[in-house]
Amino acid sequence: MADVTITVDGKKITAPAGTLLIEVCKGAGIEIPAFCYYPGLSLQAACRMCVVRQEKVPKLQTACTTQVAEGQVFFTDTPEVIQSRKAMLQMILANHPLDCPVCDAGGECELQDMSFKYGVADSFFAEPKNHREEQKWSPVVYFDRPRCILCYRCVRVCGEGMDDFALGVQNRNSSSIIAPNVPAHLSGVVENGVELAQLDCEQCGMCIDVCPVGALTSGTYRYKTRPWEMNHVATICTHCGDGCKTTLGVRSTSDGSEIVRGDNRDKSGINGDFLCNKGRYAFDFANSTERITQPLVRQANGEMKAVSWEEALSYVGKKLAQLRDSRGGKSIGVIGGNRLTNEEAYLLQKFARSVLQTNNIDHHRTADYVAFAQALAGTTDRTASLRDTLTAKAVLMVGGDPTNQNPATAWNLRTAVRLNGAKLYIANTAEIKLRRQAKAFLHVSEFGYGALVAYLTGDDSSASSAVADVNALSSFRDAIKAEENPLILIGSELRGAELKHLIDFGLAIPGAKFALLGDYANSRGAADMGLLPDMLPGYSRIGPIETQPFDSKTAMEFAAPTEQGLDMLEIFDAAAAGDLSALYVVGSNPIARYGVDPASLRNTFVVVQEMFLTETAALADVILPAANLYEKSGSVTNSYGDLQQVKKAADRAGVRTDFEMIVRIADKMGADVRKLVPFGTGVRADMGQTRGAQSGEADRHAVWLTANNLEPRLSPFDPYAILDEIQRLVPGYGLMRLQLLSGNDQHLSPSATAVTDNNGLCQISNRRDLILPSNDTLFTSGTLGRYSAMLSDLRQNEALRRLPQTDQTAAD
Amino acid sequence: MPRLVSHPDEAIVLKRRFGQGAVNIDKYIELEGYAAVQKAIAQGEEMPAWIINTMKASGLRGRGGAGFPTGMKWSFVPKISPKPKYVLVNGDESEPGTCKDHILFREDPHSVIEGTMIAGLAVGSKMGFIYLRGEYRYLLNIVEKAVADAYAKGFLGKNIFGSGLDFDIVTQTGAGAYEVGEESALMESLEGKRGIPRIRPPFPAVVGLYGGPTIINNAETIANAPHILLMGGEEYAKLGTERNGGTRLFSISGHVERPGVYELPMGYSLRKAIYEVAGGIKGGKQLKAVVPGGSSCPVLRADEIDVGLDFDQMAKAGTMLGSGGIVVLDETVSIVEFALRTIKFYQHESCGWCIPCREGTDWIKKTLTRVYEGGGQKKDIDNVQYLAENMMGRTFCPLGDAAAMPTLGFVKKFRKEFEDYIEGKRAGTPVMTTEHDLVGAGH
Amino acid sequence: MSTITNTIFSPELAERFDKLVTIYPVRRSALIPMLLYAQDEVGYVSEAVIQEIAKRLDLFDLEVRSVLSYYSMLRTKPAGKYNIQVCTNISCMLRGGYEILDHCKSKLGIGHKQTTADGQFSLEEVECIGACCWAPAMQVNYDFHEDLTPAKVDEILAGYSDGKGAK
Ligand SMILES: Cc1cc2nc3c(=O)[nH]c(=O)nc-3n(C[C@H](O)[C@H](O)[C@H](O)COP(=O)(O)O)c2cc1C
Ligand code: SF4
Ligand code: FES
Repeated sequence: MADVTITVDGKKITAPAGTLLIEVCKGAGIEIPAFCYYPGLSLQAACRMCVVRQEKVPKLQTACTTQVAEGQVFFTDTPEVIQSRKAMLQMILANHPLDCPVCDAGGECELQDMSFKYGVADSFFAEPKNHREEQKWSPVVYFDRPRCILCYRCVRVCGEGMDDFALGVQNRNSSSIIAPNVPAHLSGVVENGVELAQLDCEQCGMCIDVCPVGALTSGTYRYKTRPWEMNHVATICTHCGDGCKTTLGVRSTSDGSEIVRGDNRDKSGINGDFLCNKGRYAFDFANSTERITQPLVRQANGEMKAVSWEEALSYVGKKLAQLRDSRGGKSIGVIGGNRLTNEEAYLLQKFARSVLQTNNIDHHRTADYVAFAQALAGTTDRTASLRDTLTAKAVLMVGGDPTNQNPATAWNLRTAVRLNGAKLYIANTAEIKLRRQAKAFLHVSEFGYGALVAYLTGDDSSASSAVADVNALSSFRDAIKAEENPLILIGSELRGAELKHLIDFGLAIPGAKFALLGDYANSRGAADMGLLPDMLPGYSRIGPIETQPFDSKTAMEFAAPTEQGLDMLEIFDAAAAGDLSALYVVGSNPIARYGVDPASLRNTFVVVQEMFLTETAALADVILPAANLYEKSGSVTNSYGDLQQVKKAADRAGVRTDFEMIVRIADKMGADVRKLVPFGTGVRADMGQTRGAQSGEADRHAVWLTANNLEPRLSPFDPYAILDEIQRLVPGYGLMRLQLLSGNDQHLSPSATAVTDNNGLCQISNRRDLILPSNDTLFTSGTLGRYSAMLSDLRQNEALRRLPQTDQTAAD
Repeated sequence: MPRLVSHPDEAIVLKRRFGQGAVNIDKYIELEGYAAVQKAIAQGEEMPAWIINTMKASGLRGRGGAGFPTGMKWSFVPKISPKPKYVLVNGDESEPGTCKDHILFREDPHSVIEGTMIAGLAVGSKMGFIYLRGEYRYLLNIVEKAVADAYAKGFLGKNIFGSGLDFDIVTQTGAGAYEVGEESALMESLEGKRGIPRIRPPFPAVVGLYGGPTIINNAETIANAPHILLMGGEEYAKLGTERNGGTRLFSISGHVERPGVYELPMGYSLRKAIYEVAGGIKGGKQLKAVVPGGSSCPVLRADEIDVGLDFDQMAKAGTMLGSGGIVVLDETVSIVEFALRTIKFYQHESCGWCIPCREGTDWIKKTLTRVYEGGGQKKDIDNVQYLAENMMGRTFCPLGDAAAMPTLGFVKKFRKEFEDYIEGKRAGTPVMTTEHDLVGAGH
Repeated sequence: MSTITNTIFSPELAERFDKLVTIYPVRRSALIPMLLYAQDEVGYVSEAVIQEIAKRLDLFDLEVRSVLSYYSMLRTKPAGKYNIQVCTNISCMLRGGYEILDHCKSKLGIGHKQTTADGQFSLEEVECIGACCWAPAMQVNYDFHEDLTPAKVDEILAGYSDGKGAK
């Protein structure tokens, strides 16, 4: 739209014609108060707070609905306007309980702020206020009706934003209320003798997020603390592969600091306005009483005994060194996690390759990032950022179910369709919920993705194996081919050759960009960082140094063996065969995930770094209590390749970061720690004092440094110390440090070596089960999810599924 | 059954078929029914312009309340529209003191149907809706029968009167909500939603029902169209005053000897309407006040009734012609009680969407209730006035104004009576017996 | 052609609904009439009514509830066989509307929104019903009764009790 110039309070402002006045003013630093207006949601003009005076117009106008046109003149702070706003506030406050001292929103309440600003302190009503009891609508959503000011943000965010439509407005006049979709008399939930209405929805908590007051509150946070008593730390959610920015509210406790809230105060992240239930509530695993907080070493009688860190680390170091030296590095396996930071994952594989002298390294691969990187080898600008899902004009999605597995992706896609008219094409074996936004939906036959991809790439004969309804197929293919710059999102079900062919199909479309949707905060980082038996960081193939096309520096610096190692399944095969002397597991639970027979590890020395006594930890000879992603610093890479900074929020006495533990074990093994972590050379190296109350950790590091005659400033325990090396050695990770450290996301696309033979892919096609899509839902999160009380409450709540039940009663 | 009344001063246009069995389509035809629409069609290509020009010339202003010139409203509908255009007849009649559409539907439903067709032809619409409030079920039955009869005669449906044009009419019922009479809330209701008004612009003439350009008119406005086409716009205009063409149906109720719906020329004297047409104050009592255009209009004191009944003169007198519902109050009325009963209605009918209307009506009602029950203080009057003043012009739709205007009228013009009431000197004889719940009226 | 098997409505009403959804440019337009007609037949808008209508219009139950709770003629609890709605708005009030209401209350022994023990009558005080010039007025179900006096009310109620209806 053409630009127009308007005058606001005497100031000339230029903006595109038709922009909402409230947005134009915001951009010009003129504050217009608003309750009902929320960017991106439909307009309401209900709260009347945004009124302004427009020249030559008889009535005050609402800035939230006024579209700017050339020459308009507005006044936003005349006595009349101020009086009008003040009166609106007086009218709301008349029925508002004014229970700010106990309200969760106290201190971060838009109504409080507004009342403060407009000086509405006098209450001239003598009548009693309408009191109602607070209601519990779900394990995570509580409703305090008298506080509600009927701005309808929750109703809209649920319907328009989430496509859930679980909230509505009922009754009219001053009896109007926000109501959830399961009425009290059908809910079957009785508390204190009162039937409670229930929310049958995805439990994302966006309604709580957008509520300008404390009417909707969170089950995990309510009545816990006051906003100003928390430290607010912006970090990255540990759960799914979307990698949303979340702000953790942290409070000190006697044994560290505890997370009391997850929310989305910082809307600058890649997730914009969005945060799902896991990001919002499922931080509670960190506070679980089941956490292991002391190193445990198995005794001769089979029992685990708590020992000192010194004892445990020395034991592990000595034992690993001895096994390496006696049975060879090739007899040792290393399994990393997909919730480690990039720095930890990098360090782990470097430690494995250079200290343990093994390439037997793997991790739980939730998607085939190896094939993805190889299929895109030699291309530039072909990988999509999560941010692109919001702006793309056309999206093809093959496989996957973002609603359940990548909620932020789903939110963005819905938003793109709703606000930008994006065209969404979906091919899936299931009737996934996003089909409701799709322009075209192809119901793919079971196991039909291969045939579909073949059809897309021109093999018309595979049509009937791809879908039951072949008629829809050719128009689907034609429509996508006709799109410009489409975004191609690929579910984790597609791997190996299928994945490659789909990408080949897309590469033929000008400007197409790709993303492969995996799970967990750093699955992608784990692969990028080379937690792989056959790939060094950045997907460079292992082999004799002279055959390494990218950069032999990596291998030389590592002094790694040049043969490819055993993958996850081969490691356990080797164990079963008695050939695995030691297994070092860092933040992973392969025993449960891959259904490994525990007996196969009978003759293997097993070291596990974990938070909980998982199936894998239960088999360990040594368990080292680990910090989780919310208790450490570093960086992670989401499914899309967006790199973001992780900041330490919480702390727990007795646990250590995986980074530190790896360094300590290397030290105990007699390795040169300075080689492992090139500390002291980075731009930033510190001991963590700047990252919150962690004097214990800083002291501990100082002791080690002093013992090693090192300056206390330089630390091998600082994950950023290894960032330089990652930047230097990992193809595609030429990141901008300032961006990272200032909390901004940046998109990376590691470029793999082109595959000339079939080796890279055939491994996958032989062993499809190596890629194991997590199949997490909104209410599960791998092994870790089992330790979140809130997620298990939500799973139980989900099992009730009240709405289908009510359908059954319709007939009688 | 509604009683028909008459008075020699009436200027009969709309009422000409009342009392003659025009519900029967043959009788209606006999009384020149469906002649206007045929006359329009006979204009050939000129038809739309001819209809609109005639309507403009008639000076007809909307009978729903706001008095917008009808011909002009029709001319706003774009000629070309990618979406179908609609005609929507507002028969939601809910403004207290108003019952004219009631008798219109009862006596002459075909005139509404014919008017709807004419509006449709004027703007190139193929479909009209006649929306009646839910309480008017027996009238809905009458209108439905009339529509069916018109279809049976081939007057509705395909190729009406050989014009090559199609026109369909669908009848619709509400289910109890005053706010749904507001034009945009009416469209929401017809689309099966809560009666929450829409943000304007865009206006209905551009984006209305189902997103298509829509003419929305009061039933009486629409029913005037056939008469105007038959008699000619100028003839019709002459019956009224300047810028206020023709006649209108006035519902005169309350303390008069002969309440009823009278058709009076625009500009007719309010005093005469009360004292002559309606037979004067019941039982020979003294006049105290008049609510001249439905309950949302500011009250006139007994000494303010020398005013002509048209939109402009009423506006000059500080009130409104509104829906033409004249409610007459004699000396026995307690204004405090009357004001409370009035706000009670608006509180009950507020859709609840916007803060000033939802909260304002509620708090005015609560405060006046307390005053009425004897617990009032002087500052309550100021508070009520403050609330009403801060609602005026700031609500999302005019219902807020409709609640604030009469309230302001009562407390300003009868302030002394409120003050006396609070001091225990009560004028009038209270009749209200309902115990008022202090909690907002749920239902 | 109803897509609904096992309708809770009479065959006539079900058929009417099948047709009703087809006459508007969008099906949802049938919602308010359907709720009202269903209430006429069932006596109130029951849970089953909500669910069947939601299904017929492809709406969420919640949407139906939101709409239903907006309109004051729709009720979710049964009323008497004859629902007496006395207008007390201004025109009726001026001509004895409250007297009529009180008369009904004492005559039937019930209050606002209550139902007689035998389920014959229920009583409601309502806002203006559009009979201002024939005040005081009331509706019994959908029948208007105008120019009321207590004596006339007695007659009307007796007529309904006898099952003859009134008028
Ligand atoms: C709260 C409110 C209630 C209204 N109720 C009615 C009504 O019952 N009948 C009516 O014809 N117009 C009513 N109107 C006026 C309509 O919004 C609209 O102006 C009218 O139907 C236009 O028709 P007209 O131009 O023929 O008057 C109401 C307006 C408001 C603000
Ligand atoms: S003024 Fe506001 S609350 Fe009142 S009826 Fe209009 S929109 Fe609804
Ligand atoms: S923000 Fe404009 S009315 Fe609420």
